[in-house]
Amino acid sequence: MMTQITAAQAAILAINSLALGGLLFLLSSGFSLIFGLMRIPNLMHGSFFMLGAYFGVTLLGWGTNFWLAAVLSGLAVAAIGGVIERLLLRRLEGQVLPQVLLTLGLAFIIADICLMVWTGDPYQPSAPSELRGAVTAFGMFFPLYRLAILGVAVVIAIALWIMVDWTRLGAMIRAGVDDPPIARVVGIKVSQLFTLIFSLGAALAAFAGVMGAPYLSVYPGLDFEMLPLALIVVILGGSGSLLGTLVGSFLIGVLYNFGQALFPNLAYVILFLPMVLVLVLRPQGLFGKVVP
Amino acid sequence: MNRLTPRGAAIGIAVLVLAALPVWIGNPYYINVASQILLYAVLALALNVMVGYGGLVSLGHAGLFAMAGYAGALVLQAGHGHLLADLSAIVVAVAATAVFGLLSLRSTGIGFLMITLALGQIVWGIAYRWADLTNGDNGVNVTTRPAPFGISLASADAFYWATLLVFLLAVVTMAVFVRSPFGASLRGTRDQPRRMNALGYNVWLIRFVAFLFSGFWTGVAGLLFIYYNQFVSPQVAALQASAEALLMVISGGTATLLGPIVGAAIVVIMKNVKLFENWWILGELFTHWNMMLGVIFVAIVTFMPEGLVPGSVRLWKRGLQSVRKRPAVPAKLEERAP
Repeated sequence: MMTQITAAQAAILAINSLALGGLLFLLSSGFSLIFGLMRIPNLMHGSFFMLGAYFGVTLLGWGTNFWLAAVLSGLAVAAIGGVIERLLLRRLEGQVLPQVLLTLGLAFIIADICLMVWTGDPYQPSAPSELRGAVTAFGMFFPLYRLAILGVAVVIAIALWIMVDWTRLGAMIRAGVDDPPIARVVGIKVSQLFTLIFSLGAALAAFAGVMGAPYLSVYPGLDFEMLPLALIVVILGGSGSLLGTLVGSFLIGVLYNFGQALFPNLAYVILFLPMVLVLVLRPQGLFGKVVP
Repeated sequence: MNRLTPRGAAIGIAVLVLAALPVWIGNPYYINVASQILLYAVLALALNVMVGYGGLVSLGHAGLFAMAGYAGALVLQAGHGHLLADLSAIVVAVAATAVFGLLSLRSTGIGFLMITLALGQIVWGIAYRWADLTNGDNGVNVTTRPAPFGISLASADAFYWATLLVFLLAVVTMAVFVRSPFGASLRGTRDQPRRMNALGYNVWLIRFVAFLFSGFWTGVAGLLFIYYNQFVSPQVAALQASAEALLMVISGGTATLLGPIVGAAIVVIMKNVKLFENWWILGELFTHWNMMLGVIFVAIVTFMPEGLVPGSVRLWKRGLQSVRKRPAVPAKLEERAP
């Protein structure tokens, strides 16, 4: 059942693992923010990813610059997410089952709309022209675009870390999460803050969708393929922990790529082994705090 | 003791009507729809044990349903008999439920939901990707239906009656389960887990046993499904299928016996019978089932959080009230209280 691979193949797999890990971090950090800070199980996170990717496909089709397309579709999905949070999710604060039903329902609606607008054909936009080549190192070729995904993910990870841990905004978010009533008393607009976080999470997912499009391609069903990956990453890393999400993302990236190369039939099962171990040995996740 | 209560009479009449249904309907297409309703009602009843009585919302039941289906179909494909196929389907379903339970019952609420969702998606992933075993997207065919005691179930009528028998068995078991001390303790763990713990009950074990019970009937439903459909594919394990099952439970009203049955009927009829075909938007909506599913979910949480059936009744009454001159009781009284 195990397939043999050479050292060169292993190196390529390693690069792919890092690229997928970076993508997963962009996707899951938004999920982790929304889930960890607002306790909303956002089951349309995969849909934000897919919607962002489709927006990106259309924008690229109009000849937009790749990075501009990624940012624009991130903004568009952020606006959609913000509206959903304000108008629908806001009424359901603290009610888990209704939140699940609502986000799942919207995920189905988004999936069907995408199918109507972009049809069932897969799209694979090409990477930005400056990143189409490969770098040669140690006598091996490394595709440049995959390295770029990794770079972008690292930059965004640092930016998020600075935002949450070091800025006034981050302090307000943490205060709003720890004790919303007291945060309101001292003048923090918790409600607007939550909308902002939800939009930010949606934007990160959509941005990841555009970044992933040249690599994973975009097709119907992508949404519910990405959602469990985000779930597994957050269960692994611990909800609300950026470091946990980062580690979880790269772990899943490695397992997915090497699993698929070594045990093609069982790739999906291998993904779930670390989740089992974590649930048994450390239910709060690798870097999660114990919630009393 | 043996006097006929109105309730007993109603149940008796319902059973008679259900049994006479194929004769009355005649058209095999609609008899098959009726069989589908009954088999999905078994699934909805099983899920309701968790959602309604245990307060644990599972989005992985389609995974268990599919495991039973695949186990049965693969054993049959390997050339074994129906008895072995049926047994292995049930055993696989219960064993998979035990694994699901060991992993997911470490948490409740959102955590439980997310873990069952992830586990269900993994079953889907195996069905879809492990092509050597499951034949991937092409699915597995089930060529024959069983013939218990020499009675062939090949016709729509015969299959309906067999399904009805299993369905009635499921309803009776559920009724006994709900009224039993164990059912009461399960509801206790839903409402007051800490107090139940303090009273000396093993909350985890109660939930685990309830999950096994639910998994058993989910497996039975999965087995009925492959005999009905004579084909099983990864679609059966998809998240949409779990969501549909949840919709059946919620639309009918949770924690009741009748609710999931009514819910299964609503969902199966909406999916299979061309309703409002000539009503432009509505007809269009009914052909886009996923969209419809989503719209119903959003409508339920926004307008009638207690479930489609009780919610519609409430909205209907309110509509009647506003038509009359003056409501007997000020409508806002309840909302003002706390």
